Amino acid sequence: MNTTHPPYRILIAKPGLDGHDRGAKFIARALRDDGFEVVYTGIRRTPEEIAAAAIQEDVAAIGLSSLSGAHMRLFPAVIEALKQAGCDDIPVLGGGVIPDDDIVGLKKAGIVQVFTPGTPLQDILDAFRNACRNNNPKGY
Amino acid sequence: MDFHQQLLQGIHNRQPRDIARAISIVENNLPGAGAILSSLDSDRVNQATILGVTGSPGVGKSTLTGALISFYRSQGKRVGIIAVDPSSPLTGGALLGDRIRMMGHALDRDVVVRSMATRGRLGGLCASAGAAVRILAASGCSPVIIETVGVGQSEMDIVRLADLTMMVMAPGMGDEIQAMKAGLLEVADILVVNKIDYPGAETLTMELESAVRENGRQNKRICQTRAIDNRGIEELAGAVDELDMQFRQNGERDRRKQVSLERETIEWCIDFLRPFLTDKLRKEQKNVSSDPRSVAQSLIKNLL
Ligand SMILES: Nc1nc2c(ncn2[C@@H]2O[C@H](COP(=O)(O)OP(=O)(O)OP(=O)(O)O)[C@@H](O)[C@H]2O)c(=O)[nH]1
Ligand SMILES: [Mg+2]
Repeated sequence: MNTTHPPYRILIAKPGLDGHDRGAKFIARALRDDGFEVVYTGIRRTPEEIAAAAIQEDVAAIGLSSLSGAHMRLFPAVIEALKQAGCDDIPVLGGGVIPDDDIVGLKKAGIVQVFTPGTPLQDILDAFRNACRNNNPKGY
Repeated sequence: MDFHQQLLQGIHNRQPRDIARAISIVENNLPGAGAILSSLDSDRVNQATILGVTGSPGVGKSTLTGALISFYRSQGKRVGIIAVDPSSPLTGGALLGDRIRMMGHALDRDVVVRSMATRGRLGGLCASAGAAVRILAASGCSPVIIETVGVGQSEMDIVRLADLTMMVMAPGMGDEIQAMKAGLLEVADILVVNKIDYPGAETLTMELESAVRENGRQNKRICQTRAIDNRGIEELAGAVDELDMQFRQNGERDRRKQVSLERETIEWCIDFLRPFLTDKLRKEQKNVSSDPRSVAQSLIKNLL
């Protein structure tokens, strides 16, 4: 782990109504084991709740997980909620069972990286680290 | 207006992002930390009630905190929460999960929750958490609740930041015996038996009552709760209120604050000195002698 920089803080959230969060928890643990401080918010959160929590926790990035197929609505809704609060500089990454066609649309909507069940774990960890590093906080 | 003044004004005006950023700055000891902390609204900081919530893993501290938040919100109070979880000593990472039980309040701008990892700072966490508590208080939060897992010395240090502390227990976890051994019952003002829907709650309560009686600590309260459905929360908050009032009147609050400030000051001294000492040590002694104690003494002697 990089000892000169304090650990990056990340929020992992699961928007939408589907019931289980194995994927989100797996990523949360993997990030922790890679030296991140991971705020985990549990299942069935609304985009507005996720944005509010991310702002209070001053995280460097947000990771969203969705299995319900509602990612095209829910992921951009988180970005919209951040925008409403004037905080859309916080990068949002997303993962789940997401068809290739949707990935393009999600990226267009502002999701910086999209992961699918085939994405190697190391790539996911690297993507979060890069997102945090690039989100160089203004003024401090 | 410069960045830090802007943050200070934002804190005063309850702006979520300014509050959050100020906490990050003090937590990471970044430039401006001092400027922020020395200019907080001292009336708000001094008047706020700081509550400590501790207890073994899984006894229901976060759920109970969530229930207390609901109660205080119904009274129109603005509530701050610092939820501390341990960092992994191996990777430095941490999973901060206390917020899950408080998400019902996520859209309420008068409930400010901040998760913090211990970052292996031992007593040093006291300084960061103390600073975060003050920032929340300066944004108008009272009470500010600090949740920590009550297992080690560092957690006990954090509890000392509080005006009063509740120790949460649950039946069947065997922690009452542990608590008595570790003297935890001594530092807690209120003993909370949570999960009273589980068998053994009555026995646990009676054991605690007799332990308290034996120690002649009439001041200590024992409360029963079922945090998942808000049972016993009003009574618990009532006990908190009563003790808080009493401690404010009889000088106990001031006495505790003094001890806690002293402690925090020492933590800061060590924090500030650490890089300096490390540097000096490495320069003066290529190989650290096998007697660190006497090396430390001579290092400090040179310093003074
Ligand atoms: N039956 C019952 N379950 C409860 C009660 N209070 C909390 N729980 C459950 O106990 C579990 C742990 O609750 P938390 O509030 O996360 O406990 P905690 O002490 O904060 O846990 P850590 O922060 O991990 O140490 C959850 O599944 C809660 O739903 C209660 O009064 N009765
Ligand atoms: Mg907890």
